Amino acid sequence: MVKYVSQPSVKESASITAENLKSCGNSLFTNTRSIYYLWDILMYWIFTFCGISAVAAVLGISIYMVLAGIPAIQKIGLIKFLFGISWNPASSQPSFGIFPMILSSVVGTLFSVFLAVPIGVLTAVFLSELSPKWIYRSVRPAIELMSGIPSVIYGLLGAILLTPLVRRLENFFFRASVSHTFTGGANLLSAVIVLAVMILPTVIHISEISIQAVPGELREASLALGATKMETIFKVVLPAARPGILSGAVLGIGRAVGEAMAVMMVSGNTVNLPLPFHSVRFLTTGIVTEMGYSSGLHRQALFSIGLVLFVFILFLNLFLESTLKRGGSSNV
Amino acid sequence: MEGHFIIEDFNLWYGDPSHKTRGTHALKHISIEIQKKEVLALIGPSGCGKSTFLRSLNRMNDFIDGIETSGKILLDQQDIYSPKTDVALLRKKVGMVFQKPNPFPMSIYDNVAYGPKIHGIRAKSQLDGIVETALKAAALWDEVSDRLKKPALGLSGGQQQRLCIARALAVGPEVLLMDEPTSALDPVSTNKIESLICRLKTRYTWIIVTHNMGQASRISDKTAFFLSGELVESGLTTQLFHMPKDKRLESYITGNFNFT
Repeated sequence: MVKYVSQPSVKESASITAENLKSCGNSLFTNTRSIYYLWDILMYWIFTFCGISAVAAVLGISIYMVLAGIPAIQKIGLIKFLFGISWNPASSQPSFGIFPMILSSVVGTLFSVFLAVPIGVLTAVFLSELSPKWIYRSVRPAIELMSGIPSVIYGLLGAILLTPLVRRLENFFFRASVSHTFTGGANLLSAVIVLAVMILPTVIHISEISIQAVPGELREASLALGATKMETIFKVVLPAARPGILSGAVLGIGRAVGEAMAVMMVSGNTVNLPLPFHSVRFLTTGIVTEMGYSSGLHRQALFSIGLVLFVFILFLNLFLESTLKRGGSSNV
Repeated sequence: MEGHFIIEDFNLWYGDPSHKTRGTHALKHISIEIQKKEVLALIGPSGCGKSTFLRSLNRMNDFIDGIETSGKILLDQQDIYSPKTDVALLRKKVGMVFQKPNPFPMSIYDNVAYGPKIHGIRAKSQLDGIVETALKAAALWDEVSDRLKKPALGLSGGQQQRLCIARALAVGPEVLLMDEPTSALDPVSTNKIESLICRLKTRYTWIIVTHNMGQASRISDKTAFFLSGELVESGLTTQLFHMPKDKRLESYITGNFNFT
């Protein structure tokens, strides 16, 4: 096998010279090679075309988002749009303030990450450091399956299973309140919990990979100094895996910020300031809810919301890139 | 008696994943006494069990699935394989330096302070003292005293290995196990580590696995020769190297052994 591979490569280098080509004439050998060269050139252009089209798609989306998002912002005014607290696009004197939606998206995302990251990291530690093999073999595919479940299913389960519980909680806390608008369980708290469950698989997966990438020698070094298994995990393994865990958290944020379907089904979907038992509308659900019937400036404003989301994700990715680079260089 | 090992008829089997048989008999009836404050070199071809033996002395083999042992290893009259043994305390007493330098991805200071902190020392002044003493003992202080807060991974391979020695010394061990400590290092770094072992000879019991016959004869008082899991011959290094009793040891030392 080795001989077979090495021989043609010798002939290949020989065949490039003109003299060799002449001396070979129309031999079978030369013909096969030239077909390979054609194939090479063809494949090169196919790869290049695919690469360029991916870049072009990203560029196209970016340009279109900016072009579609700018006009409404210009008409409404950037400050009024971003920091206005009243969203009333359909009234005779419309107002287009998306601040409550921005706040809801940010608060909802952050709290879901605060919930998911500790649970996810500890699950990853359990899986890679502590669990018996048979548990690992059954839990691992379950988590992979979890990340493949469509978000609408999470929303559905949240609406059926979670919101009744949250409603009980709400009824308990506000049993004496007269001013509270009851949400029936469809509120920020439910949205946060559903989002947390949704991003768990991402956080677990990335954390597990980065924990397993910590060299075994470091664990041995710690254990050999008389550290216990837990001391080793918390003082050596997790700090060494921190860059990876951080990028898992950022990926989770990205997924939570962009989620519309599941959030819409459990958040109540009215524009409100983000308090746990308030019915809230996220940036994403804002677009989804009104896209169907909006027109004119209202429709343009929805595109502007899209632009705001787009910028969010852009900055998240830039942040992720920079943390990954820093993480990489500190391990050299 | 501090750092005095007595090993009596010690056996070790690597587990068979199916748990049907006992698996590989990696250490066979090892009996040897290791006096305190002596340097013992373990030599023998790859896979002969010398590293396994070394790792049995601080129970680092515990983490391998399905391992089985029999016989006794007494450290200062206490059986380290008894169920009552506190493994963390054992490893505090019996430090280890690995083949590949493995500093933690932290600062130089934190690497050395890690062990003492684990064992409950919190006071900054006390930690500072321990770090300085350990780094001086490992002949690294002069090179790093002005950059203790810098990452340890920025050091050269030889410096990293001396840092690992300092880290092991910082918990105050009585025995130091070294698993081919210089095989990944250049001659100059090797020389530094050998001379630091010679300088600290009188303070610790050293047990060193080495493939380097020159190293064994330079630094060790006694030598033990392992072959396919058995302890073939042990005794004073000078005697072993000049008048080996066993033919296989003789040919191993001279480099003529055919191990197939």
